[in-house]
Amino acid sequence: MSLVVSLQHFIFVSAILLSLGVYAILTRRNAIMVLMGIELILNSANINFVAFSRFGGMDVNGHLAAIFVIFLAACEAAVALAIVLNIYKQFNTVNVDEVATMKD
Amino acid sequence: MNMLSLYDYIFYFLAFVVIGSSFVVVFSRNIIYSAFALLFTFFGVAGFYVLLSADFLAITQLLIYVGGILVLLLFGVMLTNKVVDVDIKSSTIKTLPASIISALLAGLLCGIFYVTNWYTVPTNPELLNNTTAIAIGHAFISTWILPFEVASVVLLVAMLGAVIIARREKGPEVN
Repeated sequence: MSLVVSLQHFIFVSAILLSLGVYAILTRRNAIMVLMGIELILNSANINFVAFSRFGGMDVNGHLAAIFVIFLAACEAAVALAIVLNIYKQFNTVNVDEVATMKD
Repeated sequence: MNMLSLYDYIFYFLAFVVIGSSFVVVFSRNIIYSAFALLFTFFGVAGFYVLLSADFLAITQLLIYVGGILVLLLFGVMLTNKVVDVDIKSSTIKTLPASIISALLAGLLCGIFYVTNWYTVPTNPELLNNTTAIAIGHAFISTWILPFEVASVVLLVAMLGAVIIARREKGPEVN
């Protein structure tokens, strides 16, 4: 593989970003850090979409898929943070392993 | 023959920024540092979009991720941590299995990407020479009209849902 940038370089970066996001989701106790891991994963998916639309002949359709991912990421962040705030009000913590009660 | 152009150097710089700052996001003890490192990750990804000649998407990334989601995450950090105390440290659990899993995942994906003979076609020159906003707008109101409308409804529902969930008065009051 040459050093001249091609499709593979972009998807290598996105694979590393994906595994870092998975690591953040698996290890962090704070719910907001878990959300940051999800954002990393969504960004890596977006890099893939755009890279394949540039090199794989998807033209503008890859861009549209990436835009929909960004839409849904915005929705997800808003709703998830509302839930996190509610959990904080209820349990006085946002550590995901301490929030184990469904009903009191 | 394989001379590196400016494009390649910019790519390697951006890859360094993206991967380095996402390492800081994942491994930093302080959640505020993680949030600010995420800023650099998003900027680097926007730079990737520019390199991939997706100008509209780069601007969207800056507006929505940096301007919206990151600010929202910072608000979440500020509202749910005792910022006045020094209690913004974020602990980790099960680091060993998680690092094994994510290292395996990265190795597997990179191996697959390396051995696969990717089918690439030369990009449509119309896309490279014009701004993509025109093509994206046309695609939005022709082929992708239904997902576009559904996305608008989803945004509305998410906004209302977030307001309703966050406003619900229930349980023992804090303070």
